[in-house]
Amino acid sequence: MSDEDKTTGPDQVPVSTDPEVKIVGTRTGMFGAHGTGDTSGFGGLVAPIVYPGAAERPFGGWYDEVADALEPAFTAPWSVVVHRKEITFHVRREDLLAVMKLLRDDPKLRFELCTGVSGVHYPEDTGAELHAVYHLLSMTHNRRIRVEVSVPDSDPHLPSTIATYPTNDWHERETYDMFGLIFDGHPGLTRILMPDDWPGHPQRKDYPLGGIPVEYKGGTIPPPDERRSYH
Amino acid sequence: MSETDDIYAGSTETTDGKVFTVSGRDWDDIVEGLAGADGVEERVVVNMGPQHPSTHGVLRLILEIDGETVTEARCGIGYLHTGIEKNMEFRSWVQGTTFVTRMDYLSPFFNEATYCLGVERLLDIEDDVPEKANVMRVLLMELNRLSSHLVCIATGGMEIGALTVMTIGFRERELVLDLFELITGLRMNHAFIRPGGVAQDLPVGALDEIRAFIALMKKRLPEYAALCNANPIFKGRLEGVGHLDLAGCLALGMTGPVVRSTGYPWDLRKSEPYCGYEDYDFDVQTWDTSDSYGRFRVRLNEMWESLRIIEQAADRLAGLEGAPVMVADKKVAWPSQLSIGSDGMGNSLDHIRHIMGESMEGLIHHFKLVTEGFRVPPGQAYVPVESPRGELGAHVVSDGGTRPFRTHFRDPSFTNLQATSVMSEGGQVADVIVAIASIDPVMGGVDR
Repeated sequence: MSDEDKTTGPDQVPVSTDPEVKIVGTRTGMFGAHGTGDTSGFGGLVAPIVYPGAAERPFGGWYDEVADALEPAFTAPWSVVVHRKEITFHVRREDLLAVMKLLRDDPKLRFELCTGVSGVHYPEDTGAELHAVYHLLSMTHNRRIRVEVSVPDSDPHLPSTIATYPTNDWHERETYDMFGLIFDGHPGLTRILMPDDWPGHPQRKDYPLGGIPVEYKGGTIPPPDERRSYH
Repeated sequence: MSETDDIYAGSTETTDGKVFTVSGRDWDDIVEGLAGADGVEERVVVNMGPQHPSTHGVLRLILEIDGETVTEARCGIGYLHTGIEKNMEFRSWVQGTTFVTRMDYLSPFFNEATYCLGVERLLDIEDDVPEKANVMRVLLMELNRLSSHLVCIATGGMEIGALTVMTIGFRERELVLDLFELITGLRMNHAFIRPGGVAQDLPVGALDEIRAFIALMKKRLPEYAALCNANPIFKGRLEGVGHLDLAGCLALGMTGPVVRSTGYPWDLRKSEPYCGYEDYDFDVQTWDTSDSYGRFRVRLNEMWESLRIIEQAADRLAGLEGAPVMVADKKVAWPSQLSIGSDGMGNSLDHIRHIMGESMEGLIHHFKLVTEGFRVPPGQAYVPVESPRGELGAHVVSDGGTRPFRTHFRDPSFTNLQATSVMSEGGQVADVIVAIASIDPVMGGVDR
């Protein structure tokens, strides 16, 4: 079976037009072994990697209150994912600043604390490879939400939120350092954990782990990313 | 003075003009010698660390000073960056605990707890974690809070010259580490809290040791109060230093004792209870001075609250003898039945006998979990815990595989260290040390 068939073959992958299902990549085989290592007979199995999809209203509980209060800040399409009792607002980058400002200032929202930015690199999420994930906490209402912005690898720009949440200063520097996300408007977007002259952004999936084989008592153990694995 | 051949004050041309690097000699001599040079202004930038004994590990401080006054303070971090988050992406979910425990090395159980709670949420087994596992987690976390606060107070005392506080702080911390060794087999880097529960049951005699420890601590904790609380030198160094009010704390994302020292009783153990904290009787400690002294008093009082929780946890454990400490699902429960052998901690011989001689199914589960590990459904979770330094949370992302797709730790030390500038600019050089000590940053957690 060619590679093309794996992703488009109707009898293998349920190619869905349903917007609620978000497929990012596929997984082959049953045991994670690749090539000749898999003698189980399940090597031809192809399964899509499906992330939790967008939720429809009502989201339930206070989620709707937050979504209603937040609605005026959106100018571009947005969506909500509710998974494992956590709510995620997927926001376009052009709306990010307005959303953050409203989240902090609106008495119905009052998310006083932003606990930083976390980058995630989904190389197979074409056109939105790099995600910036913000976790926010409202101490007034004791609520937690997550705001997620995705940008393409070819244009990794998004606005800096430190005018609203100064605490994101170092967090944005770390995300830049590790993923190459460029936070426009940050007063000093420099590397923070890696040395200043370090090439590349280590947490990206296309950046190798590195490592050397270790010899001990005559045996050689390859570095972790070259060992046999079952993921 | 010649500018080129002076071994004490070499000069270099930079974008900011001529910069002299001074590493010795009398200051007045140097200033005098430079008086003739064009465009020289007296602007002194002191590089403190990263190997300075007063900077809590490998923290580099770049201070611009005017006499004894600090006009600008900046931190340089990253000297302890070990790429733990990247490394975790190449190991199984359970092996992840071995990495996270090494991040903030003074509060290993909190790192493990927030990571495991995140994984458990993605696995949707939060409600299946047995009661005894939760009680043991609480017990270990509160013991850990004690040991962490002890180190904070001890090193903080040492940095201002109160060496007795340091010696007695480390004396008590050893007792906590002995308990950790008894329960988990290791003094540090335990990897004891695992997704689904904890690695193994309490050893025989552990509860007696814990009770003896509680009794001893009740005698020894007052020593800290007697040494410090009203000590005029101690108060003189700490009061009014490192001031940061509530608005400043929230803007900078400060949590933990720093925010509680402003009088705001914010504690995740009360506001978002995890591991069954809602069942324990304890109070959130606050102080109203927003300064280093307030943070010291908050930590001191929190140690008493931790003792209260440890006492309640020990009582509950006494009634849970023989109860399971790991979820019942054999496809998640890591086969970590360990025992102490002649060569240290290793696989329990009973467990080896069981899987090799008695149970084919047990052998298969052991083999599959050890080689491949379990799969975690795609999605992301963030379950923060109240670490001794504030909100510690793991953003755990899975793509449905046997390894974490991405794990990011929101470490309170990293966030809180950003307050160094606000806390110390305009103050004395000596107060920078006190302000940083009151934040209690652990560089292992900052740099990860």
